[in-house]
Formats: sequence, structure tokens, C-alpha cells
Amino acid sequence: MNILEFRNLTLAVGGREVLRHVDLAIAEGEFIGLLGPNGSGKTTLLRATLGLLAPLAGEIRVFGALPRRGNPAIGTIPQRRSLPGAVRLSGYDFVAGVVRGHRLGLPILDRDGRREVASALERVGALALSRRPLGELSGGERQRLLLAQALIGHPRLLLLDEPLVNLDPRFQQEIVALVREVQRDLGLTVIFVAHEINPLLGALDRVLYLGAGAAALGPVADVITTPVLSRLYGVPIEVVRLGGRVFVFSGGANLEAEAHRHDDMAGQGGTESHAHDHHA
Amino acid sequence: MTIMLDYEFMRNAFAAAGIVAVTAGMVGYFLVLRGQSFAGHALSHAGFAGATGAALFGLSPLAGLMAATLLAGLGMGALGVDRANRDVAIGMVLAFALGLGMLFLHFFTSYATVATALLFGNVLAVTRGTIRLLATLGAGSLAALAVISRPLLFASLQPELAEAKGVSLRLYAVLFLALVAIATALAAEVVGVLLVFTLLVGPAAAALRWTRHVATGVVLAAVLALAEAWGGLALAYDTDWPASFAITLLSVIVYALAHLPLAALARLPGRRYS
Repeated sequence: MNILEFRNLTLAVGGREVLRHVDLAIAEGEFIGLLGPNGSGKTTLLRATLGLLAPLAGEIRVFGALPRRGNPAIGTIPQRRSLPGAVRLSGYDFVAGVVRGHRLGLPILDRDGRREVASALERVGALALSRRPLGELSGGERQRLLLAQALIGHPRLLLLDEPLVNLDPRFQQEIVALVREVQRDLGLTVIFVAHEINPLLGALDRVLYLGAGAAALGPVADVITTPVLSRLYGVPIEVVRLGGRVFVFSGGANLEAEAHRHDDMAGQGGTESHAHDHHA
Repeated sequence: MTIMLDYEFMRNAFAAAGIVAVTAGMVGYFLVLRGQSFAGHALSHAGFAGATGAALFGLSPLAGLMAATLLAGLGMGALGVDRANRDVAIGMVLAFALGLGMLFLHFFTSYATVATALLFGNVLAVTRGTIRLLATLGAGSLAALAVISRPLLFASLQPELAEAKGVSLRLYAVLFLALVAIATALAAEVVGVLLVFTLLVGPAAAALRWTRHVATGVVLAAVLALAEAWGGLALAYDTDWPASFAITLLSVIVYALAHLPLAALARLPGRRYS
């Protein structure tokens, strides 16, 4: 069964079309790696799926229905994360604040709510570290808590927007393995946005690569290839496979590594379209 | 203590300060959590312009204060200038509001008393009628806070996730700043517009350092604010210092204490979750 379908989908941010006439379907239980150059529409695609952005043309079907805000079947780790004031709160409170958070009332949990928080924390191996304040946690530990937040409400589809950003390679592997494990245990469908394919190689079922307004979905061996990526990037690309890893080059520069640097610049008010993608 | 409470004006001051402290402490917790302390400060200055304007036209300064903070709060929430990184915009509004208040005072005859009372509070002159008004407003805003606290907390902790889950960030920003506006006006009635930070931000910031739990933090902020307000009144009675100064002094001491390693030691034994 297809959990997510994009039909002739065109998405625009700030008047600029980032995706044009995209048709593809994602089946239940798949682990999809979502990649593409900066500004290619990765975050935009997730936002549209969440019902936060209406398509310019075409349609999206999530679980067979049109996207709507507050769909409890979707859990997400957003790209912009938490506020400075929250660093003093415990990880437990950080996750507990999400439980039925859209409903009015006091943020005091009943037994079911506490059980749900505890089970989400246990699921991501964060039960012990959830006692500590957020400000004292490492990047990898915080990612675990964000994943626990995403699991609140028993979603069937997880949209994870760059959970690996700013993590060391070791923690990247840890988070990917954790997401894979959670996905298998709970039978979830996962869309995992990343800058680089290598940390995801052992975990993903298919890769969805965006670029130049188009999309390519398929096994890594079919998508991360010289002809496909050359088309998506709009420049000649060379894909090199080395010792089970994949490297993407354009004119000698490692593109995926470059993407990280661009990202840092965008974070400081950089000039390129990437910023739209994140904050629109 | 018995002698102090023999005076009606002291009883009134304790009642007013108590109501205001609990309201400001609880609302202030969310204000600090959301990183909007400065917005709260700016609201109180808008209130100064409102109060002096009302006085100029022969209206109740408290009504003018309330109307101006509320209007400014709703405006800031709707325009989205409430975010933590809008220092300059908020600062300019704040400065202009203070200047406007200055202009109104210029045309107002009993200049000095009104100005001092508005800027630095005059809790010892609170009447029973004012106390009833403070109690109604305080209870009303705490009830409203209780109703919206869960989505407000969600929107404060994880705005984008909250938005994806169907929480309107703008709606809660506006509603919350309206509550901050009321709390600010109440606090200004006790410590004056310039010292609103004392009750609104000081206790909440200390509470956030002392506990990492939201529910405990909200209660602790109210308790600290109450202790500072009442302790300040007692201190003022003993020393003949202005009440606003005594409250501010205690607020600063508590805030400083919260930064001592003492606090870290005290929380080492650790809390257990149920």
C-alpha cells in the first residue's frame, strides 16, 4: 500500500518553483533517504506533506487523503529546533510537553501520558539521560530526545529533517541505526533528509534525490549515478564508488561535502536560495 | 508583624502585592521560557504612556495603563515582533512609549507625584477598590493561562513541531502577550513600570535555574515572587526604604543566589520521575 503519493506535484516557495510535476509513490514500511542540493525542496516537500504548504499544482496523498495540519499519523523532527529558554528544562519535560500538546488545558500528564513519554524515551534509549537539562546534553543525545518527541502520538510516518546535521560521524551512525531499529520495531515509514548518502547506506530502502525541480526515486545503485545526478544538478557530475561508500563530484569538488559548508553560510544569513527552503 | 498588619494600608499593600506576585510569577515563567523577557519590559513602558495619557484626560491611570499594555501586547503578537531577536524594534517602541509618557506628563499639572507613582509604584497607597480590581484581573489571567498552558508550552518548546501538530503559533503568541500585558499592568501597580522585571522576570528566571520541571518551575516562580513581594514590604516597613526598592533588592538577591554553585549542589541528589 502506498502511504504517500505525489501526483503531478508542483511546489513553490516565495514565488519560486522548487519542484515541478513530480510523480512518485512511497510504500508503507519504507526507509527513504531524501537528498539533494541546497534549495532543491527537501524541507518544502516535508512541509507540504505536513499540510503546512499548499501545492501550486497537483496533489499529495498521505494515507490516501489530502495533507492536513495536525495529522496525528505523522511524526516529525523539524529543522529549526527548540528555543533558548528550554535548555534549562529536563529532557523528560521537553518530551512530555509534546503529549496532546495541541489540546487546551494544563500540561500535567495522566498515567497514560506518562507511560507514553516513558515508552518513547525507552524506545530511543534516552530514559536515563532525560533527567538531565537539555543544555547539558550532547548533539547526539538531543537527537534522541527529538526522535522521542516525534514518536509521541504513535505516528505511522516519520518525517525527519536533517537529524544528522552538526553530528560527528560516530553519532551519525548511531542515530541512523537507532531510526532504522525504531522503524523496524514499530513498522513505520521513514523519510530521512540528509546532506550525504554515506551514513544512510546500510539503512535505507530507496533514495529520493531532488534537484533542478525534478525528483528521482529508486535504489541507491539506480539513483546515485553519473547520468541521474548530472540531470538533477544540471552540471556534469561524477559518481565514484569506493570501499562501499559513494562520492559525488563535480569538477573535482565533493558536492555533498560542499553542501555542508553552504548550509553553515545560510545559517549566518547567507545569500542563496537555501535559506528560503528552511525558513519559508 | 502584628503591629505592621494593624495598619490598613499595610494590609492592603500585602493583599495587592500578593495577588500581583502570584500572577506575575506564573505568567513570567512562560515569558522567560519563551525568551521574551524584553518584550515584557517594553509592554510596561507602553503602559506608562497609556497611564500618563489617561491621567492627562482625567481618566483612571490604571485603566490607561491596562489599555495601552493590552493594545501593545496584541499588536506585538500579531506583528510578530515578540521574538527574542527583535531587540532593536522592541527597544525603539519602548523608548518612544517612554518619550510619549514624558510628553503627556509635560501637559499634566501634578507632574511629580503621578510620574513617580507610575514609574516606581505606590503599593502603600492601594485602595480596597483597586485590590478588588487586581484580584479579578489576576484570577482571570491565571485562569486563562491555565486553559492555554498546554498548547502554549508546546509552542514554546518546539514551535515547528507544534505547528505541524495543528497548534497556531500566531494565535498563542497573541493570547500569551495579552496575558503578559495584564500581568505587566498589575506588576506596575505595585513596583512601577520601570521595575516590572522585578516581579515578572526575576523570580521566573531564578525558578528556571532551580528546577528543570515545568510544573515545579511555575509554582516556584509564584512562590519566589510572593516571598520577594511580601518580604520586600516587611523590609520596607522596618527600614523605611521605598517598598519598590526593597522588593527589587530581594528579587536581585534571589536571582543572584540562583547563580551560585550552591544551587547546583542542592539539586545534585536528583529528582525521580514518576
